[in-house]
Amino acid sequence: MELSVCIEKKLRDFTLQIDFTLRDEVFALLGASGCGKSMTLKCIAGIERPDRGRILLDGEILFDSKKDIDLPPQRRQVGYLFQNYALFPNMTLAENLCFVMEGSKAEKKQRAHGLLRRFYLEGLENAYPGALSGGQQQRAALARILASKARLLLLDEPFSALDSYLKWQMEMELMEILPSYGGAALLVSHDRGEVYRLASRVAVINRGAMEPPADKKELFRHPGTLAATLLTGCKNISAARRQDGEHIYAVDWNLTLKTAEPPPEGTKYAGIRAHFLQARESAAGENVFPMEAVQIIEDIFSYIVMVRPLGSEAAPLRWELAKEEWQRLEGRELYLYFPPEQIMVMES
Amino acid sequence: MELSPLIITLKTAAAATFITFFLGLALAYGVIRMDRGRGFMDAVITLPLVLPPTVVGFFLLLLFGKRSTIGKFLLQFDLSLVFSWQAAVIAAVVVSLPLMYRTARGAFEGLDANIIYAARTLGVSEWRIFWHLLIPNARHGILAGLVLSFTRAMGEFGATIMFAGNIPGRTQTMSTAIYAAVQANDYDLAMQWAVSLVLFSLVFILAMNAWGTKKPSPLGKVPR
Repeated sequence: MELSVCIEKKLRDFTLQIDFTLRDEVFALLGASGCGKSMTLKCIAGIERPDRGRILLDGEILFDSKKDIDLPPQRRQVGYLFQNYALFPNMTLAENLCFVMEGSKAEKKQRAHGLLRRFYLEGLENAYPGALSGGQQQRAALARILASKARLLLLDEPFSALDSYLKWQMEMELMEILPSYGGAALLVSHDRGEVYRLASRVAVINRGAMEPPADKKELFRHPGTLAATLLTGCKNISAARRQDGEHIYAVDWNLTLKTAEPPPEGTKYAGIRAHFLQARESAAGENVFPMEAVQIIEDIFSYIVMVRPLGSEAAPLRWELAKEEWQRLEGRELYLYFPPEQIMVMES
Repeated sequence: MELSPLIITLKTAAAATFITFFLGLALAYGVIRMDRGRGFMDAVITLPLVLPPTVVGFFLLLLFGKRSTIGKFLLQFDLSLVFSWQAAVIAAVVVSLPLMYRTARGAFEGLDANIIYAARTLGVSEWRIFWHLLIPNARHGILAGLVLSFTRAMGEFGATIMFAGNIPGRTQTMSTAIYAAVQANDYDLAMQWAVSLVLFSLVFILAMNAWGTKKPSPLGKVPR
């Protein structure tokens, strides 16, 4: 399975520019809401029409603005899992599946029952979608996509409308089900955790502009741009500039930090994740600074301590640490170590 | 008692509603699928709803009259629409069509677009989407449109009297019979038809409301 997408579409506030190729993998588009992620899926499925570009699925042209080809969604065989699952409310579950299948009545019925059994929906054949839980609806929608013989699965924020308990349960179910689709899927989400757990490669979209896809581990380690750093959940970001071959100056925090790799000339921002800051006993050594706590917030399993360089008016940094550790440190003089290999440097 | 106005009214309204139902659905579906010119088409179809029915009747008279192209064409087959029962049906269709069209369109537009999108991505043809998804899921709105256009057709007066006349036993409906009765100073007869019309319309609208699902007030619990 290979999907190649290279499209452009003018939206109200910005132009959507997407370019990637997906091969037998779970590929994710990570972006804030309203960045054009869902529009991308709609263009691939044929629900919306891009202004320019090409979409190929296994070598077949789904859309090509130059050749004036725009296959209707019915002929694309692209399965789309909608956020609200979009089951047909006037049909029972079995009818929902039969409605999208081909063949004789008896064949369809038999296949529908087989699929529903496989998705743990046995006994609900005659239930209407309105009577099902969110999890059951999602499984039914996935079974229906499988019934239609889709070649590719598009997942549009599949868990965004759920509470955290159900969300986790359904995420695990989805991971179990994904191999049924040949393991290839395109996921769009704003949730970094979801993306990291489900996908192998990730591309960040920021106001319609897509950054080059990267391996997820690589992306989370070196997001490279401000948008990607924010989307991967980094809480501490400061304007920064290169000081010399191994140091940057973080303007907002008024700190000079040593970096693991030589900072580029065009350094504009620097960031460090909240749980990578480490407490030290004294100010000895590089990248260790005396700090003061500005605000202490107790979370469920950790403390979030807002800190800034001692005696300064600098912007505070967020530091997350285990409860026992903070209970040990509270009231003592604080020295924080910024591990050079954890300092992310951004040029844009 | 002469029952012909009742029979003519019901016959006219039934025939008109039959046409209006399918035409209104087709127009509603056609207009929501339009890329451009949607506002213009909508205005043209809605116009008979706001125009005085006499204006509608007057234009129908010009359009189908003996001096018009259509009128001349029909005369070749010895047919004349003006002052015929068929004219009463046409007048009722034109006047009731906007009600069917608008309610059906509203019902279609109220559907979750994702359901239609999902059906398309799952390979379901536009034709099957229309009959198996759009119509069944918009059934409450469509039924409301049906009842509104039927009751409107039953009560039609202005366009009917202009275009179909008020010929007892042929084109005289309950509403034109009331007019004739009042002119003849026969208030008892007028009252008889007026009460009949009110009762018929009331029964149909009550039936429509009974069919629809009961929704809580959109205002919630109103503070007193």
